[in-house]
Amino acid sequence: MTIVVVLEQVPDVVEELSLAPLGTDLARDAVSYVLNEYDDHALEEALLLAEGSGDDVVAVGIDTTGELDQVLYTALAKGAKRAIKLAGDFEGTWVGTRAAARLLVPIIRELSPRLVLTGVQAPDDLDGQLAPTLAALLDWPHASVVIGTELADGAVRARKELWGGLTMHLELALPAVLGIQAARQTPRYVPVGRVRQVMREATIETREVEMVADGSPRVERLRLPEETAQAEFLSGSPADIADRLIELLRARGLL
Amino acid sequence: MEPKLEKVAEVWEKETAVVEGVDISGPWNRMFGQRVIWDYTPELIEKIAQLPGGESFAWCYQCGKCVPVCPVDVVGDYGPRKLYRRAQSGIDLLDSPDLWLCTTCANCLRVCPKQVDMVQIMPAAREHAMLSGRTIPAELQQALEYTAKYGNPLGQPARKREAWVKDAGVPVPILHQIQRPVEWLWWVECYPSYHPRGIDASIALARIFHALGLDFAILGREEKCAGDSQRLAGERGLFEMLAEENIRTLSKYEFAHIVVTDPHALNAFRKHYPKLGGHYDVWHYTTLLARELPRLQPLLTRSLPYRVTFHDPCYLGRHNGEYDAPRRLIQAIPGIEFVEMLRCRENSYCCGGGGGGMWLDSFAAGHQRRRLSEERVLEAVATGADTLVVCCPYEVSRFEDAAKSTGVDDRLRVRDIAELLAEAMGSSGEAAA
Repeated sequence: MTIVVVLEQVPDVVEELSLAPLGTDLARDAVSYVLNEYDDHALEEALLLAEGSGDDVVAVGIDTTGELDQVLYTALAKGAKRAIKLAGDFEGTWVGTRAAARLLVPIIRELSPRLVLTGVQAPDDLDGQLAPTLAALLDWPHASVVIGTELADGAVRARKELWGGLTMHLELALPAVLGIQAARQTPRYVPVGRVRQVMREATIETREVEMVADGSPRVERLRLPEETAQAEFLSGSPADIADRLIELLRARGLL
Repeated sequence: MEPKLEKVAEVWEKETAVVEGVDISGPWNRMFGQRVIWDYTPELIEKIAQLPGGESFAWCYQCGKCVPVCPVDVVGDYGPRKLYRRAQSGIDLLDSPDLWLCTTCANCLRVCPKQVDMVQIMPAAREHAMLSGRTIPAELQQALEYTAKYGNPLGQPARKREAWVKDAGVPVPILHQIQRPVEWLWWVECYPSYHPRGIDASIALARIFHALGLDFAILGREEKCAGDSQRLAGERGLFEMLAEENIRTLSKYEFAHIVVTDPHALNAFRKHYPKLGGHYDVWHYTTLLARELPRLQPLLTRSLPYRVTFHDPCYLGRHNGEYDAPRRLIQAIPGIEFVEMLRCRENSYCCGGGGGGMWLDSFAAGHQRRRLSEERVLEAVATGADTLVVCCPYEVSRFEDAAKSTGVDDRLRVRDIAELLAEAMGSSGEAAA
């Protein structure tokens, strides 16, 4: 049986980001990409589940950057059985979450997995809509902000993080879609030598897809955050600093 | 494995034994027929010895000379002989915290009559542990991921690698800008490019090079970590990737020699880049400056009233045989009083940063009475020195942290040799500012 994990590359914020002249996109030439942090956790959780159940993990992604291969080879090196890249003419377009979900549905139907895992959110999907949108389009049950999973008796048990330290335990009928907040353990390390071996030996399957009209919002203008000077450095003895801190907290009604 | 003690088939014992007129009768004259010893499991020794690089693990005959010279044993319970014995008694090195505690300082190899070489064994065992999917300590994992992604273990952007240059106060030419041959390509390395205290030493060294009129340039953003410590931590694939990229970058430029800040880079360029096709004439900066002493000496005009001691970096001393150059430089500074620590030169202690230890600090601290760096700063203080002088970029931050955590930072300062020399030239940071 199959577990599909959806992987997306996002701009690496370690490098300073700048805007393209039109102001509707990043200056893509200067951007380097990394795997969305939550997707890395989704992959780890998928691999952990598969190690226990004998399922095959299939990594699927939309190649909006032209550099998705690196991510897919790494997923294969970590233990995914297959990697599928959806390629198309995405240059200069922003693939919104709803469009991404529509692009992904046909390949998910074809793979007929019993579970689809995505990261709970991404920098271009801060409201975490990918997993619920996929679930709605597939008409499968769904849970997001998941921090632990277990497959048992044709169902998946998921721990979902709520507010204030509360955790909800759910049982979902399969097939289901989960948005992963954190894997049970830190995403594993894969040595570079293993990735390079996989790059020589393994193949990434490519499917050509057409961009879909989806009614996603259109970006009119991007702005860089404006720098404001609000930091105040407290100096003096620890006692002076403590007094000043208490004063500041009181002034804001926090004490 | 269950111990299987075979019953001895034959026992001979002389009732009386007289050797050269002396009666040595007694039970020690008892002889047994040959038997196979089954009270330990050779499998776990074989498991390491069959790895490429791990062979010498099986050569240990347990004389134990390695243990008292092992810097990790000084603060814990370690040493090659102990690892061998633990493997005999059923502890798998690949699953033991022991796998990550060796700093590959090579002091054991110096005294080993059987050439049991932990500098080969440890990377081989660690690589095997990684390839077989075992979890590795989180700090190390992050440093390796950062190195793969950004070309440095600190997770800093590649473009910022040359940012320190603007604070140098002297011109620091960058090869991709000047596009001309130079005599010395200065390989700055990661910590001297990004870490605040490393940058202090880089600025000092730039001023010294400039004052000497050296024809030098750096690679700047094109330079990536030389990768030696990642290799020793078990990431051979990452090392090879970095080395291939660095060799490709170096092939674009014309230069006569490479001068390195970091002894680990020296080690990589001397011993491991040639295997991948990179052949260079590489110097540590202390060796170069010691050669230039006749021209440097007259520039050292300020007297520095410090009592200093010197820590030999493992990868400059034991690994590459340079003990004298740093000492000649220190002693060339007017006013300095130089004292040796008890463990120095060939028997120098280790700061704990080598072999990946730089990125295993908390992990190692959890298995030791105190950090190696803490042990070392206490040794430095015991000499009555007020300054601990170093010349490896791992050490300034390690020893400064250790001085704070042991509470001796009011008595002991940590300075790179380059910083001391620049200060004696009257061009230290404060003076220029």
